[in-house]
Amino acid sequence: MAKKEPRVPVREQLPEERIKNFDEVCYGYNASEAMQEAERCIQCKNPRCVQACPVYIQIPQFIKAVKENQFSEAFDIIAQDSSLPAVCGRVCPQETQCEGACILGIKGEPVNIGKLERFVADWGREANYFKPIKVEPNGYKVAIVGSGPAGLACATDLAKLGYKVKIFEALHRPGGVLEYGIPEFRLPKDEVVRYEVNNVMKLGVEIETDVIVGRTITIDDLLGAEGYHAVFIGSGAGLPKFMNIPGENLNGVVSANEFLTRTNLMKAYDPQFDTPIYVGKKVAVVGGGNVAMDAARSARRLGANVHLVYRRSEKELPARVEEVHHAKEEGIVFKLLNNPTEVLADEKGWVRGLRCIKMELGEPDESGRRRPIEVPGSEFEIECDVVIMSLGTSPNPLIAGTTPGLQTERWGGIIANEETGETSREGIFAGGDAVTGAATVILAMGAGRNAAKHIDEYVRGKYGS
Amino acid sequence: MFTIIRKRLLAPSIYSMDIKAPRVAKSAQPGQFVIVRVREKGERIPLTIADYNRKEGTVTIVTQTIGASTRLICALEEGEALLDFAGPLGRPSELIHETDEQLASKKILFVGGGVGTAPVYPQAKYLSERGFKPDVIIGAKTRDLVILEDEMRAVSNEYFLTTDDGSAGFKGLVTDRLKDLVVNQGKKYDLVVTIGPMIMMKFVAKLTQELGIPTIASLNTLMVDGTGMCGACRVSVGGKTRFTCVDGPEFDAHQVDFDEAMRRQNMYRTIEGQKLAELEKDDHECKIGRDK
Repeated sequence: MAKKEPRVPVREQLPEERIKNFDEVCYGYNASEAMQEAERCIQCKNPRCVQACPVYIQIPQFIKAVKENQFSEAFDIIAQDSSLPAVCGRVCPQETQCEGACILGIKGEPVNIGKLERFVADWGREANYFKPIKVEPNGYKVAIVGSGPAGLACATDLAKLGYKVKIFEALHRPGGVLEYGIPEFRLPKDEVVRYEVNNVMKLGVEIETDVIVGRTITIDDLLGAEGYHAVFIGSGAGLPKFMNIPGENLNGVVSANEFLTRTNLMKAYDPQFDTPIYVGKKVAVVGGGNVAMDAARSARRLGANVHLVYRRSEKELPARVEEVHHAKEEGIVFKLLNNPTEVLADEKGWVRGLRCIKMELGEPDESGRRRPIEVPGSEFEIECDVVIMSLGTSPNPLIAGTTPGLQTERWGGIIANEETGETSREGIFAGGDAVTGAATVILAMGAGRNAAKHIDEYVRGKYGS
Repeated sequence: MFTIIRKRLLAPSIYSMDIKAPRVAKSAQPGQFVIVRVREKGERIPLTIADYNRKEGTVTIVTQTIGASTRLICALEEGEALLDFAGPLGRPSELIHETDEQLASKKILFVGGGVGTAPVYPQAKYLSERGFKPDVIIGAKTRDLVILEDEMRAVSNEYFLTTDDGSAGFKGLVTDRLKDLVVNQGKKYDLVVTIGPMIMMKFVAKLTQELGIPTIASLNTLMVDGTGMCGACRVSVGGKTRFTCVDGPEFDAHQVDFDEAMRRQNMYRTIEGQKLAELEKDDHECKIGRDK
């Protein structure tokens, strides 16, 4: 029986090679591998994978098309629900979503849905496949703040409904976290991000870069003088958190956001670019999420020995299993159950080490994870010359602070209806990390799509259809 | 693309450029800055806004060729364009929120040094337009490096020039002049606003603390995005970490840890030095950036 077959393995760059470059780690499936893996799908009548997908991609249908060598059909099926399949095939946490729900996973390995999605998307790009859609303009304008996953997904759906959509992006390149945050070796920028952003623009979506909403223009300018009928805020969660421990402002301490922005958006790894980056010889990354893994693995590629310091145990690491696995293969040393208490300085004010204290796990806390407790008298020092703080991010207060009546949570998240994206202000919708705090690409896309649907209802309800 | 409408040489290696950027010009306020990128492989660099013309849709920046990127900016000519020009960033000067009564009730002194003279101008001009011309001390190394003298005089109540070598105006540092005005000449100021090199602001703050004058400093820290994302610009103010780009750039100068700020400014100095050396090598070969 087909379902007993193991997963078709995915080819990857060898660890000892890839730590010397920023090329993509995973090569993905070729056509015959993809068709072979597609065979494993048993085409459930009530597919649990679709329910587990935040954008409800018709997974069994596209896999069936792959199996039958109908790649363009597979592409069209995915395109109905996602404008960023090459991105999602690479960075989605499939193990907790579609693949986590796959019935084959109960007794064996689930279908490798992520790599199949990636195959289809990459096939489309390489074949230069693009199916133009004819849309009748409906005469309404929607402004979108932020060109990350939430904004791009919202823009795609609205453009397909006939809206004139313009995205305002603060940085000089569109893509948001796809561009500044996720490293090239997980998500190639020119090849994948730019290509999929261009696909969104082919639907007629305009993107204006260098516009900081809340500074260059306000939301009320957009709804007023600029004549937009609705606004969607997908500005993400870009503000880095620090630990507030002594020594955190020493030279050599950077946020993961800074380290990754210099490396990814500003291409500091490429000597042809002007961007300076300070990597040192020994780097300590503090944190255990995907961003921490990205920072650690980037530092490794830039030539450093890297320790990763996390206060809970391996089981609680918030990063994807695949990222942790890759990081370990690349020689990142995991210092688990340790928490930094102070960054230590040399005589010139540069980092010379990180003082940590050992932790043990106590009772579960409000997050359901076991609370780490300090072990008295267990302090020790890690020698390092760079410390990268990767403790999570929160939404930028710039928009909320310049939009009267837009309500936010105390921690900065914009208050929005989870189903509809409606905020406390009429005509203003929000979704993605700006609402939830730092989460995943695909959840942000799901929120963008939901908001698009309700923006359409709102605009037609208010101005007539 | 953001076109250079006018370019003017203010002093050796210091240029003023009016950039066509209607959105920025429309929203700019005194005290704010922009982030500029010259070329695809270039850095994002923060520059303070030196003036803006809402009608014409232009924003003025003043740049001195100190690093690799500022050299690239200064090498551009009228009609050429900057790749990116994002802003206005940072909080505007607190003074724009004050009523006429509040402004009338206080005597304000600006202390600018070097290219820091340029961002003093829009603030002094703003106050002048509201009818409250401030006093201004401008410091430069030598006469040749004094910039915007006529413009500044026009918006100042009293304009005090100092040069380190005495080649123009008072001989000495801006702090010497400030001390002279307050201690010897008995002038009274309710607020000092200082913009210039970190080291100058540090000593202005030290002096005004002794003199008991509340003081604001506009910090020029390192930045990448300028929107609160990276934290490269963090500075200790009153023992708390603040981001210059979104919480500043203006802070209570008496609360700023200037020694830390100066140390942090040098974080990439070695690497920058290498980049500049490379650029100079390129210059030699392709002759860009030649003096006019």
